[in-house]
Amino acid sequence: MKRALLTLAAISLFAVLPNRSHAEVFNPETYTLKNGMQVVVLPNHRAPVVLHMVWYRAGSADEPVGKSGIAHLLEHLMFKGTTKNPDGIFSRKLAQHGGQENAFTSHDYTGYHQTVAADRLEMVMALESDRMTNLVLDPADVKTERDVVLEERNQRIENNPSARLREQANQTLYPKDHPYGRPVIGWRNELASLTREDALAFYKANYAPDNAILIVAGDVQLGEVKRLAEKYYGVIDVAPATPRRNLVASTAAITGGETVLKDARVSQSVWSQSIIQPSLTNGDPVRVTALEVLSEILGGGSTARLYRALVIDQKLALNSGTYYDSGARGEGRFVFYASPRPGVDLDTLANAVEAEKQRLLTDGFKDGELNRLKTRMLSGAIFARDEMKAGAMTLGANLAAGHSIADVEDWPERLQAVTEQDVLDALKAVISEPRQITTKLMPKGAAQ
Amino acid sequence: MRALGFIIVVLASFSANAVTVERVISPQGVEAWLVQDHANPLLSMQFSFAGGSELDPVGKGGLAHLAATTMDEGAGGLDSQAFQSRLADQSIQLHFSAGRDGFSGTFKTLKKHEDEAFDLLRLALTEPRFDDEPVARLKSQIQSGLKSDLEKPNAVASTALFKSLFGDHAYARRSKGTVESLDAIQRADLLNFVKTRIARRDLKIGVVGDITPKRLGELLDRTFAGLPLNPSPAKITEVEANAKGRVIVVEKDVVQSTIMFGHGGLKRDDPDFYIALVMNHILGGGSFTSRLYAEIREKRGLAYSVGTSLYPLKSSSLLVGSAGTENARVSETLDIVRAEWKRLQNGDVSQQEIDDAKTYLTGSFPLRFTSTSSIAGVLVAMQVNNLSMDYLDRRSGYIGKITLKDVRRVAKRLLHADQLDIVVVGKPQGVVSNP
Repeated sequence: MKRALLTLAAISLFAVLPNRSHAEVFNPETYTLKNGMQVVVLPNHRAPVVLHMVWYRAGSADEPVGKSGIAHLLEHLMFKGTTKNPDGIFSRKLAQHGGQENAFTSHDYTGYHQTVAADRLEMVMALESDRMTNLVLDPADVKTERDVVLEERNQRIENNPSARLREQANQTLYPKDHPYGRPVIGWRNELASLTREDALAFYKANYAPDNAILIVAGDVQLGEVKRLAEKYYGVIDVAPATPRRNLVASTAAITGGETVLKDARVSQSVWSQSIIQPSLTNGDPVRVTALEVLSEILGGGSTARLYRALVIDQKLALNSGTYYDSGARGEGRFVFYASPRPGVDLDTLANAVEAEKQRLLTDGFKDGELNRLKTRMLSGAIFARDEMKAGAMTLGANLAAGHSIADVEDWPERLQAVTEQDVLDALKAVISEPRQITTKLMPKGAAQ
Repeated sequence: MRALGFIIVVLASFSANAVTVERVISPQGVEAWLVQDHANPLLSMQFSFAGGSELDPVGKGGLAHLAATTMDEGAGGLDSQAFQSRLADQSIQLHFSAGRDGFSGTFKTLKKHEDEAFDLLRLALTEPRFDDEPVARLKSQIQSGLKSDLEKPNAVASTALFKSLFGDHAYARRSKGTVESLDAIQRADLLNFVKTRIARRDLKIGVVGDITPKRLGELLDRTFAGLPLNPSPAKITEVEANAKGRVIVVEKDVVQSTIMFGHGGLKRDDPDFYIALVMNHILGGGSFTSRLYAEIREKRGLAYSVGTSLYPLKSSSLLVGSAGTENARVSETLDIVRAEWKRLQNGDVSQQEIDDAKTYLTGSFPLRFTSTSSIAGVLVAMQVNNLSMDYLDRRSGYIGKITLKDVRRVAKRLLHADQLDIVVVGKPQGVVSNP
């Protein structure tokens, strides 16, 4: 869906060739233009196609208080036009050349991307570099686009009970006024009163070459990308972007506890537990990687421990798993979830999940279990390199959230080094972390 | 075709994508279309069998879909967990799916695990166990999803639209069946499904990746040669979409109404298919540039998502569209949909619009060639649709020769604003049911 919205979900890092002493994941070429814009090139010559992306180190977490939704509204407005390319010419011209495009906004970044025949790269760069600093906004267009985004909010959030629950619960997991506590798309009342001036202020503060990353993947030569990047992006000369606020320094208390949403439109209950854990921003790299392994052993699909215990053996749940996002610019989250079978209450499910955590802690790993997990995780790299977009998305998301190329490329080595004890230590930290919440989505009238 | 040793016919090299399609026929006569790609040590395969959920027995709707979700839950000597662990430990991706008209599989493996990967696939195709535990588990998961769908505006709307257009015909049913029809399905039904439908006669295979034709020939024989050569499944009765300009309001307590609309379209093998593709792109297919996008979203801010698409089926065809808009503005949105339908139907279209649609549809085609699995999908679709091996080269020509006159003629043939059946799920103001 075009001009889409990414939630805080991490773009998980699947990577690398096993059996190499110095394995690398995507092998990008990278350099920085004089004005501070980072350039990353990922050659891939399967098809004469190029993916061109510009990421801004600005997302909804960078919004001024009271202006929630402005990062995402601006993303929509970026398609309106500039003096040189007015009235939606960008999209029209791209489509005439067979190109496809989209954009997305998350808490941590905003990205714009086009896929097009490789010989049209220059055309796309001319268009994208133009709108980095030359956006023109008509007040009537802003008002209409705000209505579009309100409909997007209706579609994604108001019409969807589980999204409404998530929105409520996030306010209890983060301290008051922490930007991760508010939705990327914005609170309805704030969104409804955003103006052209709000959009332009956010644009001026954040859209600048020193705050942007260019990623070009596909059938390209490094030298040609460099020449074009200098010609179109290298000449942009504007004031540096506003420095970003630190998202991990807060020691304020959280509300915590349990958030329940009962709705007549829910037929299948869902339980979840979200626990604050470090990300690559503030975590020891060993701990972060151990948390990824922990998520795989407990919740990575239908052969993982939670699925096996709750769904197959005990027949309490229809589904159960975990996820962990290590890539956030702020702290990350480790999440457990499960959906009960008919007649099973959510607390029984929560206890069964707890028992699996304790079982791992008490009994440890089975013979060969950790190595099997590592092999599986490492195999993901070859698959990731098969998709032209995977490397661009993974590197873009990490760089835009303040992480480094080495954080991505060294992942195989970090993973290989993880020990059973590292994973058990990570589990202990998850269990003892006080900043956690529980959510319960239930049918209307259900007993708690 | 049977042959001693393997035969490779190099028929087409698609210059715009720099891919060469080879036809590989294994020693025992299994045919696959192959694109060799040695950049990464992996391979992707897609395959399809004729007949999908439209052939589910009455009262047992959802059989093909249930078979698809349980065939990889234990086979041969391996129970569900053993089978799934083998797949997971070697990062072998294997999924089956059932659509309205076909049953297909996707498969991806690292080169170093290809022997075991093809063995596991063969087991799933020929000796699925359908043990009680996994079948009961997957049934409950599907049933839970079906219950949730009763409150999901999109699912409610599309179910109602297909019911309206297809009445009692099998195409009106959902591929996943119903809670009750799933309860009625027994293990014997699943075994019978595999015995009759997982067969060689209509099998189409596309392979892309790090493999030679000779090696592929060996693996095709091991995996598919043992399947029975059953007769093709009976084709379902032809049906015309019975659109009559109905308006169906399904009341749901939501702030945004989900709107779906449609009437008959044209089939994939219709001589006007490519002209219809251009016409649909102008009307509602072009994601940022279509008329419905411009009028409903860009100019008026009525909706976030709006669009139309051709929906060809084997025994019928549709042209469908959708939009989501706040309850108060549904009737305004519907007026625009009907007006735009009428405008194009009356031949109001410019040469520029047609030129833009044509350059988009030809220029964007190579963008599908950016992963081994998407190319494998193209190879299977070409075979299912009886396209020639040089189709990749010919496609631009089919689109390039389309004229203004063609599009006006096909718009008049296909578009019927007053016949559009419309479903609105929500609490639309000023819109009443007229079923």
